[in-house]
Amino acid sequence: MRHTIAVLVENEFGVLSRVVGLFSGRGFNIDSLTVAPTNDEALSRITLVTRGDEQIIEQITKQLNKLIDVIKVIDFEPEHAIEREMVLVKVSAEDQSRAEVLRIADIFRAKVIDVTPKSYTLEATGAPAKVSAMVELLRPLGLKELVSTGPVVIGRGAKAWKG
Amino acid sequence: MKLNGARILLECLKREGVDTIFGYPGGTVINLYDELFSFKEIRHILPRHEQAGVHAADGYARATGKVGVAIATSGPGATNTITGIATAYMDSIPMVIITGQVPTALIGNDAFQEADIIGITRPCTKHNFLVKDVKDLATIMKKAFYIARTGRPGPVLVDLPKDVQIAQTEFHYPESVEIRGYKPTVEGHPKQIEKAVAMIMQAKKPVIYVGGGVILANAAAELVAVAKRLGIPVTTTLMGLGAYPENDPHSLGLLGMHGTYYANMAVSHCDMLIAIGARFDDRVTGKIASFAPHAKIVHVDVDPTSIKKNVRVDLPIVGDVRDVLQKMLKVADEIGPDAKACEAALAPWIAEIDEWKKKHPMTYKQSTSVIKPQYVIQRLRALSDPDAIVATDVGQHQMWTAQFFGFTAPRTLLSSGGLGTMGFGLPAAMGAQAGFPDRQVMVVCGDGGFQMNMQELATIVQNRLNVKIVILNNNFLGMVRQWQELFFDKRYSSTCMELPIDFIKLAEAFGATGLQATKVEEVDEVIKKGFATDGPVLMEFKVAREEKVLPMVPAGASLTEMVLAS
Repeated sequence: MRHTIAVLVENEFGVLSRVVGLFSGRGFNIDSLTVAPTNDEALSRITLVTRGDEQIIEQITKQLNKLIDVIKVIDFEPEHAIEREMVLVKVSAEDQSRAEVLRIADIFRAKVIDVTPKSYTLEATGAPAKVSAMVELLRPLGLKELVSTGPVVIGRGAKAWKG
Repeated sequence: MKLNGARILLECLKREGVDTIFGYPGGTVINLYDELFSFKEIRHILPRHEQAGVHAADGYARATGKVGVAIATSGPGATNTITGIATAYMDSIPMVIITGQVPTALIGNDAFQEADIIGITRPCTKHNFLVKDVKDLATIMKKAFYIARTGRPGPVLVDLPKDVQIAQTEFHYPESVEIRGYKPTVEGHPKQIEKAVAMIMQAKKPVIYVGGGVILANAAAELVAVAKRLGIPVTTTLMGLGAYPENDPHSLGLLGMHGTYYANMAVSHCDMLIAIGARFDDRVTGKIASFAPHAKIVHVDVDPTSIKKNVRVDLPIVGDVRDVLQKMLKVADEIGPDAKACEAALAPWIAEIDEWKKKHPMTYKQSTSVIKPQYVIQRLRALSDPDAIVATDVGQHQMWTAQFFGFTAPRTLLSSGGLGTMGFGLPAAMGAQAGFPDRQVMVVCGDGGFQMNMQELATIVQNRLNVKIVILNNNFLGMVRQWQELFFDKRYSSTCMELPIDFIKLAEAFGATGLQATKVEEVDEVIKKGFATDGPVLMEFKVAREEKVLPMVPAGASLTEMVLAS
């Protein structure tokens, strides 16, 4: 099962390596990981996507909580959370495919952020499923380079997760 | 008044109640040692290797229950501590390790004797700190000790750059610390405890399975009280030995790979397993799928990650083992039948266990022609003080000690259980003796493990640490040899220690006394003489070379698939 887990940590050097080291040391998967400071500058928030059965996910959240620098771990349930990621894609665009790339970009509300006679670079934001749908449509047209932030996640409703 | 960082560190140690430390000087801790030179409140013991210094601090912590403290210089000094730190981490021993570091301006420059010890020790410490500003030092030390001794204890490393030791600031030691990411659950949930006791009282065939957590939490008395109140037999892991007196009729002794027949049978047939301060290690469970197959499992542990890590658990209780046991006793009195009724209800189960005990008691085949190692262990028990502390190294002698010594009090067995570190025994005994100068301290080792840290004979003699060293010499790396005999067609690849060492001369070279027994009838004589002789004594016993540790559950087999002694 795919899980998106948010980890609130002390914004100090070495914390990310503790989190990543935990995953590699215990053989847990990381599909993606993103980290940045929060509105409270003393805190950073890591969003990571991992996979495992119920028992593994329970171990992952417990082991994360055990780290001294980890303040809170939230294993978001998909129906109670909003996930977004951003991708930058460089696509070949010559002759007849130039129009097709633009049509796909338009459908997914992606922005063209760089143009050359041979390529378009698109910026797209959205739920991971939507973004990957766009990427799959672009792939046969000549996907040259893909950069993704990996998902970030926030809970639905008025309640905020703080330290 | 302003103090320099080195002095602040010592003041912090003093305020944490530290009076004995083990350390090795070097370039980046020379300032610290300069302060130590005139700081009389702390006794400093110089080991002959940093690894041994950390093991000594570890042995001191295991025996006394206090936080062990070790110091090493940067680079090689720091990297030499790793095995010691990892040993303590696996067995949850409270320690603070202080390493020197190159000046902050040089960190990352591949400076002389620089090692990224924070990076290296991240996976084998409970936490670690790099002190970048002398103003943070006192708070970091307070946090280090707090983290080391609370929750599930463990080693904490503080890396102290040379310039921070020199820099000055006002010293103020905080009364308490607040770490928002670290709030260990101490009190067990009352509802869970009530449910657990009710479930346990329903059981027809319950067993209590005790790990080192009971000893770490100083909860041996509470464990005995609960076991007696409910009439339940108790088996312990290697780390739990001493938590429940082995001379008690309800004791099942050790369980697992080299556990007793009856402990392994009891666990395999019980309908209720109460795990207390234990973590279902693979050496305990054997094949997980057939471990305690008929049992509901109640698991009490201070560390939530231990629960449901290896086995399914029907009722988890997170909390300090001592707190939970106290509450269990109270609940039992409130809701349950009295102790007599509990005992009567379990009489058929106890009778079943007694049958197993009669069928296959813990035994070995005595010999008149050659010294059996198990016999030496039994004689050591018989001829030593009742409160003697026994450190072991790792291997066959360790298992024989666990099987045949008969531990009756907590903190009397010091052994590297989780990491299984050869070379641990001698320095650990040295640390325990430093903590208890007037108690009898012995170390049981094999000829292999002894040689891994035998340089500590110098430390022991120099500091008048009265350690009695017992070497069960079979001229083999015995445990590996046993596996080679059983599973590799007796192909003794690199396990024969071909060079016969004159251990008596070796002891004498360091200024210790050396004794040797080669015949069965010499065993008592040597042990008596060894214990009666003042100062460090090395007692070498030439034992049956190919004796095996039995029973044995082959790795990956079920607990019921034991290879037995007869």
